[in-house]
Amino acid sequence: MANVLPLRQYYGDALLKAGRENKKIVALDADVSKGTFSKFFGTEFPERFFNFGIAEQNMLAAAAGLASMGFIPFANSYAVFVTMRACEQLRNMIAYPRANVKVMGGHGGISVGQDGVSHQAIEDIAIVRSMSNMTVLVPGDPIEVGQVVEAALNYVGPVYIRLARISVPNLFQEGYQFKIGKGNIIKEGKDVTIMAIGIMVKVALDAAAQLEKQGISVRVVNMASVKPIDKELIFESAKKTGAIVTVEDHNVVGGLAGAVCEVLCELKPVPLEKVGLQDTFAESGDETELFKHYGLDTKDIINAAKKAIARKKG
Amino acid sequence: MLKNEEIQHLKKVANQIRIDLIDMISYAQSGHPGGALSAVEIVTSLYFRVMNIKPSDPKWEDRDRFILSKGHACAVLYASLAEKGYFPKETLKTFRKFQSILQGHPDMRKTPGVEMNSGTLGNGISAGVGMSLGAKLSNKNLRVYVLLGCGELNEGVVWESAMAASHFKLDNMTAIVDFNKLQSDGEMEKIMNMNPLSAKWQAFGWHTIEVNGHNFEELILAFEEAKKIKGKPTAIIAHTIKGKGVSYMENKPQYHGTYKMSSEETRIALEDLTKERTVI
Amino acid sequence: MQMIPTREAYGEALVEIGEKNKKIIVLEADISKSTRTIYFAKKFPERFFNVGVAEQNEMAVAAGIAATGKIPFVSTYAVFASMRACEQVRTFIAYPRLNVKIAVSHGGLTAANDGVTHQATEDIGIMRTIPNMTIIMPADAVSTKKAVIASVEYEGPVYLRFTRDSVPVLYDEDLKFEIGKSIMLRQGFDATLIALGDMVSKALEAHNILKEEGIGVRVLDMHTVKPIDKEAVIKAAVETGAIVTVEDHNIINGLGGAVAEVIVENELVPVKRIGLQDTFAESGEYEKLLTKYKMNVVDIINAVKLVIGRKKYAKK
Repeated sequence: MANVLPLRQYYGDALLKAGRENKKIVALDADVSKGTFSKFFGTEFPERFFNFGIAEQNMLAAAAGLASMGFIPFANSYAVFVTMRACEQLRNMIAYPRANVKVMGGHGGISVGQDGVSHQAIEDIAIVRSMSNMTVLVPGDPIEVGQVVEAALNYVGPVYIRLARISVPNLFQEGYQFKIGKGNIIKEGKDVTIMAIGIMVKVALDAAAQLEKQGISVRVVNMASVKPIDKELIFESAKKTGAIVTVEDHNVVGGLAGAVCEVLCELKPVPLEKVGLQDTFAESGDETELFKHYGLDTKDIINAAKKAIARKKG
Repeated sequence: MLKNEEIQHLKKVANQIRIDLIDMISYAQSGHPGGALSAVEIVTSLYFRVMNIKPSDPKWEDRDRFILSKGHACAVLYASLAEKGYFPKETLKTFRKFQSILQGHPDMRKTPGVEMNSGTLGNGISAGVGMSLGAKLSNKNLRVYVLLGCGELNEGVVWESAMAASHFKLDNMTAIVDFNKLQSDGEMEKIMNMNPLSAKWQAFGWHTIEVNGHNFEELILAFEEAKKIKGKPTAIIAHTIKGKGVSYMENKPQYHGTYKMSSEETRIALEDLTKERTVI
Repeated sequence: MQMIPTREAYGEALVEIGEKNKKIIVLEADISKSTRTIYFAKKFPERFFNVGVAEQNEMAVAAGIAATGKIPFVSTYAVFASMRACEQVRTFIAYPRLNVKIAVSHGGLTAANDGVTHQATEDIGIMRTIPNMTIIMPADAVSTKKAVIASVEYEGPVYLRFTRDSVPVLYDEDLKFEIGKSIMLRQGFDATLIALGDMVSKALEAHNILKEEGIGVRVLDMHTVKPIDKEAVIKAAVETGAIVTVEDHNIINGLGGAVAEVIVENELVPVKRIGLQDTFAESGEYEKLLTKYKMNVVDIINAVKLVIGRKKYAKK
């Protein structure tokens, strides 16, 4: 596919665009502005860009300070650092007082690849989801990245945006509209629902296409708003298809799977299978190899879908 | 030089704040008296002389900001805010109680006059860096004051903030260290020695001033000096006595933490402070 | 009923086990009087290190000590261990599976008047999503001592969560405590209460009241949240058909989340989660907080009736 760029590069573009329109936006980074692409913003608006050096805790608490002065800070670094190194600052200085700070965690998931476990955030979504007042958004394609940045900006309150290191082509059709708290049905089907987030939406769609060839009708939902999650759509999908598969580049404990399980148990328990890291750390490697080895491949989604359907019948 | 009358007035205010904070902690049967008492003159100087604030309009845009980074000492902040008129004094009796605007540690969404959350040590100064940056960005002349404890300086994030404040040349920012030489578990020098303090801040690019943290004249002169320093932030190392003003609490680490004061202890504390009032 | 804060039992257990096992090292971050590691410090000063108010350093230092074959117990408050030092726990302790025991006080609303900054209501969720972690919250003083002993016998990282406030003593000294094996405190077949830590005694109260109304509720003390006792959860689902989880924690990602994750993969029954409903709390007395945030006995009773109702409806 032509000119496919990493999702975070589209984020850099979106942040720059937003910065041109809204002078209240300030961008913060922790010495990885080339990796997070906040450098686009930094180059055009040096006076509204603050590089805090390798000091993520200070960056997040300082973002709370900037927000209290009426600015809208976008604080950028890798997911491991903004959600874990600076976990307590995120919780006590941003989530608890509902500071209007947008935190971007790049390099989410094992798709980070060669950098290895220390840089592969597989717990970040669960960690941020555990915090009250937080909104957690995981866009799935370049168009959605732009819409997520816009939605985060229009929402007054703390937001965590999770991106990945790798590239994803345009997936969603003209007229696609992301909304906080809403999932999107990307493809209709009746036998099983695959709910995916981020870079895994593309893999889920690939799996769905193969399942269709085998005569299995699959609904695919992009659950980019992990928190607040679209309970209605989960309930409706459970009712309509009777089986669900969650797909995420994240630990299956506490992330998207956790969120969907919690909703299902309260509203309509149906068979659910979880595709993602099976509560283990991964390792260094090429993302394709890692996906194959750790069960995030197209065939793993296909197997999970069949298993969920079988449990429904049994 | 300050007029003698003014110093006498500040002393009276400080004494009242001490009485109120002891009352609060005694009434709550919970709270941190030692580190609140050591900071009384620092906080009084700021709210009753140094800072440009309008208690009738707590959200006035051009106000100076104060962050109590050592959030556990919030009894001194709440008592000062009440004394200044941000909310009625009766509210102090609800301190740490269910459904109060006066939380166990500062909550900016609940208490008028509280500028930032704190309570988990080290973060307040970082938020101060953000506020100072924000003020400069908005071309506002306001100043940001952050009060830290000496034990708090153990936290790594404090030094992340220290390097950022000097790197960004935040001369609108003043950090005050309430240097009472005690932390929760005992003497700072024995638990985790932070000496030499001034040299550490200087190495991070700060202008430093050491003062007696219970002497209004020295404190206010230091705050005035900090306003004149350009291109770098100022750290005021204020030598204080933990538990200052209450005879049996002075220099005793056991009065740091959540403390249930007996009625006898409250009586003696208030007696000490009332004596002090007659001396003033 | 005897009331003891579990942090107190932890402090005593450390001394007992420190006496027998010279490999035990205790690390503290300036609050030894509160976490009760001061008892160990007084008895074994040469095996006690106070790193000051520096929890991140405390965790990474513990990793270093564990790498030399010692068994460090690292104490502070839950907020600091799980959040201030989150990344150190994850990358330096959990990832290399170092034999570090993270033992924290002030779990949940038991931190009471200290307010939100000191009430850890996300810590279990955070720890649960980190691979290789074992998470234990004992319900009382007796099981606390047993949990401390069990965690020393287990090789690998453990997160032990204790209460600041007093909780009733529920067990006799002959209690058999095993990591990953829940304890059935009451038998019943109409529904199951799966409870954790300080909420176990609340679940027992609910059981008694429901019993008088003719409703038989099973009560499980799920002291180990990870690895969760799947067998007991599935058995409860099969035999009682409805589950209520009860925890002093956000309902997101905690015990309720763990049980929900087991249920949808196995036996599909209605689950209601009692806990903090994804909100921060406030300063106040423990009991008042439980009532305001709908975590008290009456809320547990209502939840049991709700899931039983949904169970019957589902069967029609």
